[in-house]
Amino acid sequence: MIAGISIYEILTVTSILFFIGVYGFITRKNLISILMSIELILNASVINFVVINKYLYPDMLQGVFFSIFIIAVAAAETALAVSIIINLYRQIASVEVKDTEIMKY
Amino acid sequence: MEKIIFYILALVMIVFAIASVTSKKMLRSVIYLLFVLCGIAGIYFLIDYNFLAAIQLTVYAGGIIVLIIFSVVLVHHIEMELEVAKRSKQILVGLACLVGLGVFLTTIYAHPFNVAGKSVTTTTEDIGLGLLSYETGGFILPFELISVLLLASMIGAIIIAKGKKLTNKNDIK
Repeated sequence: MIAGISIYEILTVTSILFFIGVYGFITRKNLISILMSIELILNASVINFVVINKYLYPDMLQGVFFSIFIIAVAAAETALAVSIIINLYRQIASVEVKDTEIMKY
Repeated sequence: MEKIIFYILALVMIVFAIASVTSKKMLRSVIYLLFVLCGIAGIYFLIDYNFLAAIQLTVYAGGIIVLIIFSVVLVHHIEMELEVAKRSKQILVGLACLVGLGVFLTTIYAHPFNVAGKSVTTTTEDIGLGLLSYETGGFILPFELISVLLLASMIGAIIIAKGKKLTNKNDIK
């Protein structure tokens, strides 16, 4: 644990990061920007897992395992999303949300 | 000393996160996201999980950011400015996020956490043994599942990104 820092302060920082991600997710109009906002949200939740593991149950490692799984799923999700975006760009030459009307690969 | 470093990291993370979701230049916002991810790796170093910090740096800062930069360079016209939402919508969403943040923070500060005072150093060996153990509480099945999931998603990504062939084989003859 970090000397002199309570768990409340770290949870405050991660909550702020989470809501910045939510703000970006709603206000952005570009698919890649939305993907980046999702990364912010995922990262905030991963820090929560790790910090709660470290502060409340320092003998166990479950939070670390779950954060590793979350990171792996996020990598898979990003690869798929990037490939979908590239394919979409080939078909309609745009990655704006308002132009995205077809749902066929 | 660690306190000061934590506050600096927190400030950097929040400032660059806001810059990342509000910047009008696409590539710049990706780079701001990279700074946020490096700050998160710094927090992992501070709470003494070196393995997680290494994963964060290699997978996120090394892999995902490069993927996103590739897709930006392939897809987006760099000189173009991003379209942003209307002013009223921005303010509305910001207010909603602030309200949600307030609810989160009141809930967090009202909850009494039983903080264990001691600090245990975790080695990478512990993490590896836990991931590969067959006993109760071991994570061998999700570990194998996640590797199959990664393989399947990589194959799917290749097939989707390849798209349809532009010329048919029969046309060439």
